Amino acid sequence: MLASRHVDHANQAPVTLFPAEQCCLTIDRFSLAYAGKSALQELTLQVPRHRVTAFIGPSGCGKSTLLRAINRLHDLNESVSHSGDITLEGHNIHAADMKVTELRRRVGMVFQTPNPFPMSIYENVAFGLRLQKRLAKRQRDDVIEWALTSAALWDEVKDRLHRSAWQLSGGQQQRLVIARTLAVQPDVLLLDEPASALDPISTLKIEELIRNLKSQLTLVLVTHNMQQAARVSDYTAFLQQGELVEYGPTDHVFTNPRLQRTENYITGRMA
Amino acid sequence: MTWLKNAMQQGVWPWLCAGSVAISLLMLGALLALLLTRGLGHFWPAGLDEITLNNGEVVAGEAVREMPLPDQTGSERLYFTGNRDLDDARWRWVAIDTIARQTQPADLLRLERRAWGDFIGYLEAVEVNGERFTGDDAWQQVQQALALPTAQRTHYQLTLRTPQGQTLRQSLATVINVEAPNAMHLGQKLRAWGSEVWQFLSQGPRAANTGGGVWPAIFGTMLMVIVMSVIVTPFGVLAAIYLNEIAHQGPLTRLVRIGVRNLAGVPSIVYGVFGLGVFVYGIGGSLDEWFFDDALPSPTFGTGGLLWASLTLALLTLPVVIVATEEGLARIPEAQREGAVALGATRLEMLTRVVLPMAMPAMLTGVILAVARAAGEVAPLMLVGVAKLAPQMPLDGEFPYLHLERKFMHLGYHLFDTAFHGEDVQAAIPLVYATALLLVLIVLVLNLTAILLRHHLRRQRGSEC
Repeated sequence: MLASRHVDHANQAPVTLFPAEQCCLTIDRFSLAYAGKSALQELTLQVPRHRVTAFIGPSGCGKSTLLRAINRLHDLNESVSHSGDITLEGHNIHAADMKVTELRRRVGMVFQTPNPFPMSIYENVAFGLRLQKRLAKRQRDDVIEWALTSAALWDEVKDRLHRSAWQLSGGQQQRLVIARTLAVQPDVLLLDEPASALDPISTLKIEELIRNLKSQLTLVLVTHNMQQAARVSDYTAFLQQGELVEYGPTDHVFTNPRLQRTENYITGRMA
Repeated sequence: MTWLKNAMQQGVWPWLCAGSVAISLLMLGALLALLLTRGLGHFWPAGLDEITLNNGEVVAGEAVREMPLPDQTGSERLYFTGNRDLDDARWRWVAIDTIARQTQPADLLRLERRAWGDFIGYLEAVEVNGERFTGDDAWQQVQQALALPTAQRTHYQLTLRTPQGQTLRQSLATVINVEAPNAMHLGQKLRAWGSEVWQFLSQGPRAANTGGGVWPAIFGTMLMVIVMSVIVTPFGVLAAIYLNEIAHQGPLTRLVRIGVRNLAGVPSIVYGVFGLGVFVYGIGGSLDEWFFDDALPSPTFGTGGLLWASLTLALLTLPVVIVATEEGLARIPEAQREGAVALGATRLEMLTRVVLPMAMPAMLTGVILAVARAAGEVAPLMLVGVAKLAPQMPLDGEFPYLHLERKFMHLGYHLFDTAFHGEDVQAAIPLVYATALLLVLIVLVLNLTAILLRHHLRRQRGSEC
């Protein structure tokens, strides 16, 4: 089954990671360039459903670029061109009948620095809901409570839902942003170094949250932190200079990498 | 240049910088102090002198100022003597040396009249429906009658006597106010001062703008500024959104942006010429031909008016709004925009729900700065619709209530007109100061509002939503 295999560029040997029916996202020979300057080259990999997949690699390797491509955030930038396909549950995300707003609802994204809107905590979580169908206030309140609970924030903010979100601490803000994304019930959650701006305790809370959210949706995590990738992810993809170097179960990649390049990076022996 | 270098190294430059700040502040303070004392002092009920000269002549009036005589042998004093209907001059220079006797009689009165300016002299008697009162009774009758509406005062006939002994009969209906400043104590003077200030703010001008109040000018200024804001805000904000959010950020956009910024520096009279040529003669003339041809040749929209003045000033202040809004938009972090888009918001939803609310303080600042600029602008208005004396207010109870084609009065132009076109410049000077003070205060209040509003909105983002 081609869909469930990964073609390694180094030895060209297909590796079966998981059954095809568990595949959520398929990235097929995807290339991307900023103003003609290549950032991703012919990337091919599959992301399994209800698992955490981590993208690791040195700065500028294209891992964030790939993450943003899944959400089609590059649409905002006119100088970006791409080729190849990304399919979400069998649907090409660049297909004409795929509405980009619907795609972004199904594929949520959390950024490096917490970016709550200048509104109350309640309104932040309601933001995505208000863009969708109209909900009665009772229903909306339920969804917001559920989202905040899922993001492990409910107990901390339930008494001040109508206070400004900017009063929360950095870690709380990041969990609020996750709750805001969860409220529209996405299939995939993309996390772009979600804990890099946070203190160690907030980081642990976010990591725990990521592990817990696995049961609800598919998570893709970009991180600079090797330990974090090892702690929370099930699968790890190592990218370098816009190419996929190695992809496999996290245990394998970290304990028994097939390639020297991967091992050098993971053990910190890379310039 | 070595001395300068040395001075810099020896730490003179902080003093230089502090010195320039101090000089700027001093000049501002002096300006405000001058306007405050001259402007507000005008309304203070000043004492009235009665002087007898060496040659036996009697002069009564308010001492305005003293100046040394040209030949340095003493000084002379300027008196405001009023009574223009009796002796032609209202002002009298008296050399101090020639004064034989000077008193401040308690019963010397000052009457503010609708015609001929103030009267300074004594009250002989009052006749009410044939009944005649004199002395204190007459004074009491006048005091009571002043509270009545003008129509009922026609029964009161005053017999007045000038300090020189001439008598004059005057109906109380033509009198606005009577006061005996020499007999007033501080509390009464304060009250009189307050009511004078209030009249200045709340009434229309009299005697070819050399007396009375400035209410139509305040009202005209405010209405013009409101109409202007209604026009300039949507245009400016939409233009800024296009430039900052939608347009491709290439050399053309940069060129447009530089152009907009430079438009703010075009002399305002140029906008006036443009407004006259395009709005008044071009658009206004065509409107008259199409819709108001029965009124031709007298123009309806083909002459200066509130609408054209507001449009001209909207054009003038457009760069201010665009630049302020653009700066506000540029300050919003990209993460906010991406956050909204990543939740499935369209570009329009992102703009209206996240970006514009965040840029609101900047937009408000831009609009209020534009308002402050427009409130103080005179040159272009002279071409496109301001009037020396507008017979009708541009907003009244007559359908369609807001008369955009009417001419209006404006504080800045009123100031100019009072200072240079009045028939009695001496009388106009204090009014000029008072009007200038009012104009400065209005602009100051507007700027303060902008600062406070911005501060408030910024704090609101940080705390309560």
